[in-house]
Amino acid sequence: MSKDNQILEELTSKEYEHGWWVDYEADEAPAGLNEDIIRWISSKKEEPEWLLEWRLKAFRTYMKMKEPVWANVTYPKIDLQTLKFYSAPKQNNKPKSLDEIDPELLKIYERLGINLNEQKRLQGIAVDAVLDSVSVGTTFKETLGKLGVIFCSFSEAVKEHPELVKKYLGSVVPITDNYYAALNSAVFSDGSFCYIPKGVRCPMELSTYFRINAANTGQFERTLIIAEEGSYVSYLEGCTAPQRDENQLHAAVVEIYAAKNAEVKYSTVQNWFPGDKNGKGGIYNFVTKRGICAGDYSKISWTQVETGSAVTWKYPSCILKGDHSIGEFYSVAVTNNYQQADTGTKMIHIGKNTKSRIVSKGISAGRSQNSYRGQVQVMKRATNARNFSQCDSLLMGDRCGAHTFPYIDIQNPTAKVEHEATTSKIGEDQIFYCNQRGIATEDAVALIVNGYAKEVLNQLPMEFAVEAQKLLALTLEGSVG
Amino acid sequence: MTNTKTLRLIDTFLNGLSEDFGAFADLKMEALDALRTQGLPALKEEEYKFTPISKKLESTFGEIKATQKINLTAAQVAAAHIPGLDAHVLVFNNGQWDQELSNFTGAEFQILSIEENEANLNGKIGAIAKNDRDHFVPLNSLTFQEGISLEIPKGKALTKPVLILHFVQALEGNYTAPRTYISAQSQTAGTFIEKTISLDEAPYFNNVVTEIHVGENAHIHYYRVQEESRSGITVNNFETNIHRDATFTSVVLTLQGDMLRNNLSLNLLDSGCEGNMYGLYLVNGKTHVDNHTNVDHTKPHAESNELYKGILADQSRGVFNGKIFVRQDAQKTNAFQQNNNILLSEDAIVNTKPQLEIWADDVKCSHGCTIGQLDEEALFYLRARGIGKESARGLLLYAFAGEVLEHIKEESFRDYCIGLLQERLGGSY
Repeated sequence: MSKDNQILEELTSKEYEHGWWVDYEADEAPAGLNEDIIRWISSKKEEPEWLLEWRLKAFRTYMKMKEPVWANVTYPKIDLQTLKFYSAPKQNNKPKSLDEIDPELLKIYERLGINLNEQKRLQGIAVDAVLDSVSVGTTFKETLGKLGVIFCSFSEAVKEHPELVKKYLGSVVPITDNYYAALNSAVFSDGSFCYIPKGVRCPMELSTYFRINAANTGQFERTLIIAEEGSYVSYLEGCTAPQRDENQLHAAVVEIYAAKNAEVKYSTVQNWFPGDKNGKGGIYNFVTKRGICAGDYSKISWTQVETGSAVTWKYPSCILKGDHSIGEFYSVAVTNNYQQADTGTKMIHIGKNTKSRIVSKGISAGRSQNSYRGQVQVMKRATNARNFSQCDSLLMGDRCGAHTFPYIDIQNPTAKVEHEATTSKIGEDQIFYCNQRGIATEDAVALIVNGYAKEVLNQLPMEFAVEAQKLLALTLEGSVG
Repeated sequence: MTNTKTLRLIDTFLNGLSEDFGAFADLKMEALDALRTQGLPALKEEEYKFTPISKKLESTFGEIKATQKINLTAAQVAAAHIPGLDAHVLVFNNGQWDQELSNFTGAEFQILSIEENEANLNGKIGAIAKNDRDHFVPLNSLTFQEGISLEIPKGKALTKPVLILHFVQALEGNYTAPRTYISAQSQTAGTFIEKTISLDEAPYFNNVVTEIHVGENAHIHYYRVQEESRSGITVNNFETNIHRDATFTSVVLTLQGDMLRNNLSLNLLDSGCEGNMYGLYLVNGKTHVDNHTNVDHTKPHAESNELYKGILADQSRGVFNGKIFVRQDAQKTNAFQQNNNILLSEDAIVNTKPQLEIWADDVKCSHGCTIGQLDEEALFYLRARGIGKESARGLLLYAFAGEVLEHIKEESFRDYCIGLLQERLGGSY
């Protein structure tokens, strides 16, 4: 038992790896939220009139909405008036290429293990790096440009491709969608924009790396991915934040549009600061992610590994509008200490012969609460819809909780929907089996957890899968003995 | 949050109340407070998301008014009896206990009127089905008349099942509120069968509350068959407290009604106890059936099993919400839940939500649900052997549904239910 305690002690006292921050000169909006702040952000970003109007409309909608309380999480309310809604590293001249970016900023990313220097990169992943409220640089623009792929920061897209932004912004997540989506629409600062033209198979993984650095800010980024007919893209998202005592808010919106025969694969490894072992600090992650399979035979696949943030409230969803379209959701959510996660997905079957698959693996340790909340809806005209959902929970320790809230709403008699869920702990016999074969308890746990999560990890692009496995081991090493 | 809109439904009740409640004044006072604060279910309220009961009541009645006793005859009671069943018969007339028509000579249990025995029953009534449990419990607490308490004394195993017949007919008013408290003392056994008979097609609202205490090592079976008129609206709150080494089994067969809502809660309060819940809803027309079940595991080494199956035809709607709670102390819990549905028509709807909430780590819990159709291959197999399409479908549906009825241990009642099932499958399907 003493060894278990020791291991547990080690685990709970393990410091968050990305907890550091850098002091740099920043352009910040004054704290508070009102129409003037929105105008300030808009003018700072030199936005066109229509976008300001859109933001203001969103703000007015937001003012009429109430904070949602249905999620299975409890946290002290956030006073939005004390938050700064915009913070950007000061750059004297607008950098024209990556070479002109302040080396200090590049260092931040280097320290995170992300190299923005194209020559030094071998992995063949184009990165858009977002620091606090703005995008600091995007790599491999030229290579992508030749194929007609647009991959840039959101503000750049507003300037360069206003017609695309205007057409698709808010088309999947309307401003009236929910409280945090409305807030994001009003104050979003930057994010990534990605457009894959007809018939193009994007040759490299596109990646955005979000980093919160400044204190007392909220990060509100907006990602828009448009895959035209017959195109394919794999998109990655990673996030970290410094270790600070106060809670920080992250309220992002991701919209994906997939036209006929298009396929979008969206993978994310969330490693926001989860708060310390006493549950102090940490990021509130209130994110709206949704994709629409607008065309026939299109496919959207979400893969997420959630290890971070103090409170997570996130439901990457698919609207399966096109006939024969496919939606997938693979998730591993790990919670430890006082973390709370309420996450899951929505699969809305509208088109005929649509298929969806949900695989959710929850792992709770410490005093954390881990909830799966999902909805499978088959509309009346969605003939031959097919869904399979599996959500498993693994409990480590007797102070944590695992909850499942699946909603299944079927209006078509030809639908075939299956849902299954199990809750268990790592069996003593499994550990014993490994011990017998000379595998130490700690390694056995890692082995079993990795095996448990494998179905999801397999979906991740290679590089991410490695990172995710390390994260899993780091978060859970030895928490059961 | 007071919902004045839904409270309008019970205006007459609330205005007609005097501050002097008489018997069970505390319970009624508490119920009144609960009603005033929580009202009746508001539209889109999570627990009533798919069952807009307040809207239904408002559009059907405008206002809820209590109805009077009817002139019930012994012949009517005899006609409602289950063929071949030798049982004690308890009759409720529009929600009120009817001793004259009841027949339980040589009784092995004691029956008391709730209102007349406040001294004995105070602290028991409303202790299991608490006023804050559901919107309709406090309404029942406030309005029930001539409810009964039934006690099986310690060590007694009933030799005959108890058949509870509810006769309902809207007369002047439209509302009935039966209240039953059953106390099975330790080391007892008994089987209860409950049936509701609608005497005509006039719409009514039947707000039932049943509380059951299952003492140590007691073994209770409770079967219900719901075949009400097409305009009958029923809310059934059924809650049990199950003690050490006791078992409780519930089987609910729902066949017809306008809107039926069954709240079934099992509280597993000690080690070694077992709770079983089985349900079959086989509905057509516009029947809306909603089963909300709740199992609360509070102590280690308890077990629960749940199987609900639905076959939905025409424009019927089936709602299922199964909650399993496993508290932190409830290590070594086994909890299983399954909900399977078959949709037979374009216009039928299923909303299901199997929910697990678990705070203990050393448990085995699983839930599953499916929605689908009859297996085409099985159908083909039967047809290839010369069985007509309709008969083949009927046979497969019968096999699907039969699994639930197997859990009825009382043979003649099981045969009766199978008869109802066959009649239904042979007729409209």
